[in-house]
Amino acid sequence: HLATSLPLPSEGDHLRPRIDLIVFMIDIKNKYSLKNVEASLAHVAASFFLGKVCFLVTGVGRVNYCSVEMSSIWKLGDVYCSPVLYCELELERIRVATAQRLLRMLQICAGHVPGVSALSFSFLLRNS
Amino acid sequence: NLNSQTTAFLLRKRWALYSVTPLYKFSRAHLKAYAKLLSAYIATEKQKGLAVEVGVELDIKVAVSSLPDLKGSDQDETAILVQISLRSQASQKMSEEKLVWSGWFCSVCGDDLSKNVPADFTCLPVFLANGAESYTSIVGSWFQKTFDCCFHRLAISPLNLSWMAAMWTGCKVEENASAIELVFSVPHLPQSLDISYAIHPEDAKALWDTVQKTPGEITQEEVDVFMDCLYSHFHRHFKIHLSATKLVKVSTAIASAHCDGIIKFLQSQYITEVLMLLTELAISQIQ
Repeated sequence: HLATSLPLPSEGDHLRPRIDLIVFMIDIKNKYSLKNVEASLAHVAASFFLGKVCFLVTGVGRVNYCSVEMSSIWKLGDVYCSPVLYCELELERIRVATAQRLLRMLQICAGHVPGVSALSFSFLLRNS
Repeated sequence: NLNSQTTAFLLRKRWALYSVTPLYKFSRAHLKAYAKLLSAYIATEKQKGLAVEVGVELDIKVAVSSLPDLKGSDQDETAILVQISLRSQASQKMSEEKLVWSGWFCSVCGDDLSKNVPADFTCLPVFLANGAESYTSIVGSWFQKTFDCCFHRLAISPLNLSWMAAMWTGCKVEENASAIELVFSVPHLPQSLDISYAIHPEDAKALWDTVQKTPGEITQEEVDVFMDCLYSHFHRHFKIHLSATKLVKVSTAIASAHCDGIIKFLQSQYITEVLMLLTELAISQIQ
């Protein structure tokens, strides 16, 4: 499910399946995307921050197009105890690899991988 | 302090920016020799495939000199200026010399780079060029071959442009100073669109003065607050989120900078300060 901001419209609530993972996408070339994510974070229930939230930063390939300071994104990751992943959307190889990573994360968050909890996995990701 | 001859030559010209890695075995004593070698190199390069007007012999004269005023501290290397003039010796006895290209290397407070570099290297990380691109690439390739260095175009990110906007707005300017102008490019449109946002310099300075906590010090947070105020003011009037666009150019009474790596100095007393910022940007690109 894709949304441009949170909260999600309440009309679809009863039809929506359980949410296991929230990926916040921040475009490093677009300061507004960071502000939007910061505003949306306020609408997320605290229980999600136990390993069911991650930040995906796109556009990192081109340093000269930076409108957002990387340190503010790392700070966000620290404050919300969630991992920060990087992706260069323009390269197919990286897109596919990132999609696979997110899928793996989703499997863990949904409880489909025995022995690994969302919380322990996110702890591993953040400290590697 | 800069003498007026130096500043007159620097001001109001569009300078293309490059970062340069340290030059190997560059000697200040051999500037005249370098000028002769470079002149010969240019002549041979220019002859390759260029149509030359029949009857008019163009003599290329290269001058390489020092600019002792353009430095921040005593540890900085003295700036070097290269000038290319064309001398036409048609029928007249007196030959006219016309300056067609200038380029200069400098370092202002570049200790971060120079302290880590072995003795045979000269650190002049910023290169500024004005004139035909063809001359810039010829001069660049001569320096790269002769001194084993590397030139890279120094682009300026929107983040760094906002720093410049905040820093230069804070500078004291005289009455009738020109407006602060920010130009934004809107992405993902079939036809490119540029938004120009002009702010009265006194209003902008008043805003900056309320944001800056310690005079002489600027933090990223203060720059962010300053820019956010400008963006929300624009949004209130036009319902456009400038933060979703790309800042491409900043113009103030002090200087103007473009993200493609182009700078224009507009006031002599702030040249050194602007160069200090450019030196920092060049060094971070090199390292």
